[in-house]
Amino acid sequence: MLLIACPWCGPRDEAEFHYGGQAHVAHPDDPAALSDEEWARYLFFRDNPKGLFAERWSHAAGCRRWFNAVRDTATNEIHAVYRVGEPRPVNS
Amino acid sequence: MNPLPPHLPDHPDRLWRSAEPKRSYDVVIVGGGGHGLATAYYLAKNHGITDVAVLERGWLAGGNMARNTTIIRSNYLWDESAGIYEHALKLWEGLEEDLGYPLLFSQRGVLNLAHSLQDVRESVRRVNANRLNGVDAEWLTPEQVKEVCPIVEISPDVRYPVLGATFQPRAGIAKHDYVAWGFARAAADLGVDMIEHCEVTGLDVRDGRVTGVRTTRGPIAAKKVALAAAGHSSVVAGFAGVALPLQSHPLQALVSELLEPVHPTVVMSNAVHVYVSQAHKGELVMGAGIDAANSYRQRGAFHIIERQMAAALELFPVFARAHVLRTWGGVVDVTPDASPVVGLTPVEDLYVNCGWGTGGFKATPGVGWCYAHTVATGEPHPLNAPFSLDRFTTGRLVDEHGAAAVAH
Ligand SMILES: Cc1cc2nc3c(=O)[nH]c(=O)nc-3n(C[C@H](O)[C@H](O)[C@H](O)COP(=O)(O)OP(=O)(O)OC[C@H]3O[C@@H](n4cnc5c(N)ncnc54)[C@H](O)[C@@H]3O)c2cc1C
Ligand SMILES: [Zn+2]
Repeated sequence: MLLIACPWCGPRDEAEFHYGGQAHVAHPDDPAALSDEEWARYLFFRDNPKGLFAERWSHAAGCRRWFNAVRDTATNEIHAVYRVGEPRPVNS
Repeated sequence: MNPLPPHLPDHPDRLWRSAEPKRSYDVVIVGGGGHGLATAYYLAKNHGITDVAVLERGWLAGGNMARNTTIIRSNYLWDESAGIYEHALKLWEGLEEDLGYPLLFSQRGVLNLAHSLQDVRESVRRVNANRLNGVDAEWLTPEQVKEVCPIVEISPDVRYPVLGATFQPRAGIAKHDYVAWGFARAAADLGVDMIEHCEVTGLDVRDGRVTGVRTTRGPIAAKKVALAAAGHSSVVAGFAGVALPLQSHPLQALVSELLEPVHPTVVMSNAVHVYVSQAHKGELVMGAGIDAANSYRQRGAFHIIERQMAAALELFPVFARAHVLRTWGGVVDVTPDASPVVGLTPVEDLYVNCGWGTGGFKATPGVGWCYAHTVATGEPHPLNAPFSLDRFTTGRLVDEHGAAAVAH
């Protein structure tokens, strides 16, 4: 089980959290202007790296707030935790 | 090292030759799991293409092939799925004879339990859809479920009462290692090279066409490259700049100690996330759901196992005194519509088979057959044509969440 440091509540068991997949995926400004290909990319394609991955979590059984984390999917080590709206930390 | 004492017997015959990589092949298959091995076999057998190498980063079939809970069935909802899974099931029915190898294939039936009114409606609909597609399927009442599997708790006084189940009598299990060995032996006999400890680290693409692979054992040229890397498909396809709609997740399973035969069939429950059978040796084999977060680690979180055990005990109170012997995990490649991706890629002569997620063991002979056709002819086999990569652009998804989501 992962130990995840909620930016508001501190380290808690993974079982308290809800996973939200890849972070920093912006909704297209003008969806109608996209080609089918571009829309498919937005809808169905997410990065799936073996390595560092910026992802969203919500502290569902705690403060219920969303935040982002950078985790290494090859080791499960969490390199950074940061609040929504903050940029992805550069060194992770 | 001392020489072997003279009274010991000779090493048994090897099932396949371990080969050294040649400098080039007609077809290079990336990934020596069940799918890669079956594809190699049918390339040789059905299409006469024998200048083939199966490249495996670890040992043959040490990935999900060695880690799955071996449930085989074909009772999926949509026509497209019924086509490929039922093709696979028909091949399973003759596979021991075809490969000349025992597979412990046992058609003991599969029950898919319904626990809510919504489950009941979806299940009955699926039974009807299955029958229209020539797939054996029945709807059973709770009492009939109890007749098929006497140890299932059908009392209405539990958190998720059993309201009925779909039953596919021709479904069942097989021994995964034997399946891999059977395909590897038969393919090697036909001339295929099995190359272990050979990780593909790059794909050579020139003018939009793949020309070979880079490996930890040197470069290998190839007229065609067929990817079959399961949980690592995004990584290997990425070497050629091909993006796949996959997320890789850990999926766990466990076994109990050896017990007397108590469980005559296979029971699956999507609602409570557990599925159970009893292996020939006697262990109870149970699978869980995937871990929510992406990961390439072959281990999952303990709370998943805890929930799975709670669900299993509610369904099977008789398991209360059984001990868990071993738990493990594999990395599965999940698609947005819970259906696989099999076919061509934007790169010429590069083919992809992936996205089988939590349920690709049952498809092993079927996908091997169809993928071999796709690679040999350069055209999708009619049974895998609906599972092309471009369905995510056209919108023609094959949504099997109801029949496949958690389960297998
Ligand atoms: C716990 C668990 C339970 C399951 N239960 C069922 C079930 O009951 N029924 C069912 O139908 N399915 C089940 N599945 C799913 C099934 O196991 C998979 O869908 C199926 O095995 C995938 O095909 P494969 O056998 O070819 O995969 P794998 O055996 O994973 O083969 C892929 C191979 O590619 C190799 N590889 C990866 N990257 C590289 C590289 N760069 N170079 C060279 N080689 C590489 C890997 O080492 C691996 O051996 C389960 C899976 C798990 C993990
Ligand atoms: Zn919190």
